[in-house]
Amino acid sequence: MAEKHASKTVNGTLAVEVEDLHKTFGQLEVLKGVSLQAHEGDVVSMIGASGSGKSTFLRCINFLEMPTRGRIAVAGEEIALKQGRDGDMHPTNARQVERIRTELGMVFQSFNLWQHLNVLQNVMEAPVHVLKVPKAEAKERAEALLHKVGLYEKRDQYPSFLSGGQQQRAAIARALAMQPKVMLFDEPTSALDPELVGEVLRVIRDLAKEGRTMILVTHEMKFARDVSSHVMYLHKGLVEEEGPPSQVFGAPKSARCKQFVSGLHH
Amino acid sequence: MDWSWLPKYLPQFGYGLIITFGLVVATMIFGLLLAIPIGLVQVTGPKWLSRIARGYCTLMRGTPLLVQLYILYYGLGTFLAGYPELRQSFMWPILREGIYYVLLAFILNEAGYAGEILRGAFLSVSKGELEAARAFGMSPWKVLHRIWLPRALRNALPALGGETILTLKATPLVTLVAVVDFYGVADRVRQETYIIYPPLLFVMAAYLIMTFIIARGVAKLESLVPNRR
Repeated sequence: MAEKHASKTVNGTLAVEVEDLHKTFGQLEVLKGVSLQAHEGDVVSMIGASGSGKSTFLRCINFLEMPTRGRIAVAGEEIALKQGRDGDMHPTNARQVERIRTELGMVFQSFNLWQHLNVLQNVMEAPVHVLKVPKAEAKERAEALLHKVGLYEKRDQYPSFLSGGQQQRAAIARALAMQPKVMLFDEPTSALDPELVGEVLRVIRDLAKEGRTMILVTHEMKFARDVSSHVMYLHKGLVEEEGPPSQVFGAPKSARCKQFVSGLHH
Repeated sequence: MDWSWLPKYLPQFGYGLIITFGLVVATMIFGLLLAIPIGLVQVTGPKWLSRIARGYCTLMRGTPLLVQLYILYYGLGTFLAGYPELRQSFMWPILREGIYYVLLAFILNEAGYAGEILRGAFLSVSKGELEAARAFGMSPWKVLHRIWLPRALRNALPALGGETILTLKATPLVTLVAVVDFYGVADRVRQETYIIYPPLLFVMAAYLIMTFIIARGVAKLESLVPNRR
């Protein structure tokens, strides 16, 4: 499978590699050994019913959630983990995780823009204070990104005065400002009113066209089918079906996957 | 009504105003600085520290400021006076002055109130915003001073404005330990001229204006970062 992906990209370098990820919340095993390989330029979509573990999986990649077992490497660098007292794995070196996180641009379901900063400040914040980019340069970059997501005119507004779609586009600009190797989208349109979904998907679609590496957890089946290079269908913490979208959506081998994708198509 | 005393005492009122103003400003600044860790540990733990902080807030909020002031002034003051080495030291002129006990009492008291306010304010910041801060590579310290604390302070601003006004109105207590603040001058006018009501009406009007100025100042600050929920 790695070869198949490599053929699509220039050098086929692994951007994200996750191996045998397990996650247990108390008695509940949410992930029962999920692996993922995303090469540079890949758009990997994760689909599945609520509770299938797809969001948890995504959140483990940048250690917002601590995996119970497994291996995670970003851009070829494996994150050193040790067993914690709570039974989960924890990074041995907080600095390493902080550095790795700057390579992973996260977009949340509920936007999570910083409410005390205006849109421009939200986009500049992490580049200036984490990456130490000079302010003038960060501002220039932020303004260019806001142009790109169509929010330049709103740059002085505070998040609470924007619509959900605008907030999510600002959040995407904020993530892009870090110039991450990989973008992580955690159900980016699930909290939006239906009429606002389109504007956000359009931005994500543009990113896919640019060849950005992305891992996308979504309920938008049609969108996943259109933009993905690889689709993973998760069911009860396991990968039930995966492959190119044509296979997962067109000719799934698993009956459950077939039912899932057809159930959401009518 | 006899207002003949006013011109003569006006300079003293001016001096008293400086004392009152300085006391309020110092109380709010240092009280708030102390309140940040007091509020924070109640949210983050560890548990034993959180208990101490909560106990501290309960103590400060559950007892009269005047009693706290007396305990510091008479209790601590007398205790310190029992050390001849201290009385000879360069520190004594400071330790002898009522104003420093007043400052200490006001700051410690305010730390209790503001600590409780900030505890709630820290809790009011959505987990998602803090998560986003971590997701962009911020260290715990950076999350605190770039995102969590500014957000919490913004949320606490209306309550802290109220605290500032309450502090201002508590300042006349200092006259009870021989510090002459703005109100103290009215006391002095009464003692020296036997004129009672006009000076009281005068300070009343002045406090009302000060309160108004503080409220407007806080409203101005609030409008700098609009908060819509």
